[in-house]
Amino acid sequence: MAGVTYRHVYKRYGDVTVITDLNMEIADKEFVVFVGPSGCGKSTSLRMLAGLEEVTEGEILIGDRVVNDVPPKDRDIAMVFQSYALYPHMSVYDNMAFGLKLRKTPKSEIDRRVKEAAESLGLTHLLDRKPKALSGGQRQRVAVGRAIVREPAVFLMDEPLSNLDAKLRVSARAEISQLHRRLGTTFIYVTHDQVEAMTMGDRIAVMSDGLLQQIDSPRNLYNYPGNVFVAGFIGSPAMNFFDATLVSEEGKLFVDTGDFRVHVPEDRQQPYNNYVGKEVIFGMRPENLHAPQFAPPGIDASPIEGIVEVVELLGHELHLYVNAGKNSMVATVDTRLQVNTGNQVQLVMDMHNMHLFDKKTELAIR
Amino acid sequence: MNYVSGKEVKQPSLGVRILALIGRVALAIAIPAIAFYILYLGFLFLRDSDAPRIVITLVAIVWGVGGVALLYWIFNGIVERMPDQWTTRLQPFVFVGPAMAILAWYLAIPTLRTFWISLFNRDGPPAGLTIPELLASDSFVGLSNYAAVFTERVMVEAFRNNIMWIVFGSTFSVAFGLIIAVLADRSAYEKLAKSLIFLPMAISFVGASIIWKFIYEFRPPGQPQIGLLNAILVSAGGVPRAWTQWVDIAPWNNLFLIVIVIWLQTGFSMVLFSAALKGIPEELLEAGRMDGASEFRIFFGIMLPYIRGTLITVWTTIVIFTLKIFDVVWVMTGGQFGTHVIATQFYRQSFTNRNSGFGSAIAIVLLIAVIPVMIYNLKQFREQEAF
Repeated sequence: MAGVTYRHVYKRYGDVTVITDLNMEIADKEFVVFVGPSGCGKSTSLRMLAGLEEVTEGEILIGDRVVNDVPPKDRDIAMVFQSYALYPHMSVYDNMAFGLKLRKTPKSEIDRRVKEAAESLGLTHLLDRKPKALSGGQRQRVAVGRAIVREPAVFLMDEPLSNLDAKLRVSARAEISQLHRRLGTTFIYVTHDQVEAMTMGDRIAVMSDGLLQQIDSPRNLYNYPGNVFVAGFIGSPAMNFFDATLVSEEGKLFVDTGDFRVHVPEDRQQPYNNYVGKEVIFGMRPENLHAPQFAPPGIDASPIEGIVEVVELLGHELHLYVNAGKNSMVATVDTRLQVNTGNQVQLVMDMHNMHLFDKKTELAIR
Repeated sequence: MNYVSGKEVKQPSLGVRILALIGRVALAIAIPAIAFYILYLGFLFLRDSDAPRIVITLVAIVWGVGGVALLYWIFNGIVERMPDQWTTRLQPFVFVGPAMAILAWYLAIPTLRTFWISLFNRDGPPAGLTIPELLASDSFVGLSNYAAVFTERVMVEAFRNNIMWIVFGSTFSVAFGLIIAVLADRSAYEKLAKSLIFLPMAISFVGASIIWKFIYEFRPPGQPQIGLLNAILVSAGGVPRAWTQWVDIAPWNNLFLIVIVIWLQTGFSMVLFSAALKGIPEELLEAGRMDGASEFRIFFGIMLPYIRGTLITVWTTIVIFTLKIFDVVWVMTGGQFGTHVIATQFYRQSFTNRNSGFGSAIAIVLLIAVIPVMIYNLKQFREQEAF
């Protein structure tokens, strides 16, 4: 059992810096998800921890030990690869036992651990099969099994579900969460899928352009995104952003986008006072836009209007693409709303869930 | 032929099947026959023409290629105008039939004929006799040519040499090819190194033999040595050797010939192994490293099993090469000094000794020796979905 620490870690390929000053403390038994668009450095960060990539600068610690120069096999970690990387010429049993055999684990112990892992993953009847004869989901479980039998201090997973079909991915997601609870081991999980990140992680590290943007619990990440990137990345459909000016009238603050003017709730005005008269980025999630007649009670509603350009009914929710002049936005509204393309529509914004960002730094104004 | 269209699966009547067979055979024979006839007419025409050579060449190409294409087009048109059932029955044979017919004519029939000749004495079956008369004639010797193949002194030596060729030739070609492929894969000079190793592949066996003749060239002691190997040896204070003719170390002088084929075939195996090694997913090797396997173990435990199919294919291909080896031996020693192989024996018996029965028997034995390797080789190809 061990935590993981990244200390001022850089990764460069020649002149290209792919990871810049990564600092992170991951506690023992924590489930941390690295998420971000492709090329953001999340996989590289994981691979440096695994020992598959060298650290250019800085230190990576597993427990209290700096592992920069420790070969992968001695780091007490196990990894599940995106392609599963099962040895094609070995049976399921041998795939899981390979690492233990190399470690000269006694035969009886290998047998016990492999059988146990197979039992827990429902692979017992497949132990004699070759990977070729398995389905995608079964292969994925074998890859997990191969990691489990090693009883590592840290589990690394690099997009382990992205080769599964959508339905299987949902159940596999739950299985991995259960596995984490059962094993009580540190898990580090890389994905580009924000749903996986939100549902599985104790904490989520959002990365972009080789920079750690924010690391926090799923709830905080959603409610208090630290910057425009995180705000736009977490949540689906993505948050609407408007270039706006903060104006003050009769002691009250308003956000003016040019198309519409909405008020700032009184209890949220305090940090914004310094920005009066300045340009800001105003953020509003689609799910915080409501049709007035179906708006939940008790929200601090501020009305806007626009022309409906696209209507998407998903069954449980209705997405409207609304044009309010020079700004467009997406609204997730109650499915009972009767509306067609081209209609003028009235919506209200729940101003308690407003977000404001500095125009220059793109950081949240708090 | 079954038609699984709709509800009915009906077996055509016997008459229809016979008719279909006749149609197919007719197509298979008619197309090449007409093609050859047209080409022959064209040949006669061109032969007697006074036009410039370049014009004749161009006309010949257009005439030949265009004529055959036209023929296929016409027959395909005819078959397509038939009722649907007959189109599906006959159409494949418009295209495959001629190839099969020509293959039968040039390959299958000569093979059977060679076997037939191998049952007779040195002059082959006498002309003008019926089959029962032939079997009763003095020329018919049954399988005694085959008995001789396996007992005659030079033949036994040839078998031994061929086994040496197979064992050393294929093993070293595969081993060197594999080692170079692995090393080149990790080298900054991969392309250059691989090109150099692959280069000998472009040289014919005869050409390579002549190059190596210069390497092995022997002059009596005291004279200047123009052979590379002896020149080095003498300058280091040694005694010059007639390497390939060095009967004192027989049968190991064969190795000097085998080296030539290794030199030629290493490039071939290297290229195939190199492609196969690049096909191994990187994650698989990383998984091995995380599992704690040494680079040595990763090579033998993960990479080699992964390219097993290629390994066997390359190996069997080179085994077939070395089984049939002829040119190198013929150019270097002509089979003297204990270096005969099956193919050179076949040539010597058939064309030098004019013993057609014995020569044919050797050819058949060689064919039978190659067939199992060939089948295994094709099976491997099929498993790799190369066919």
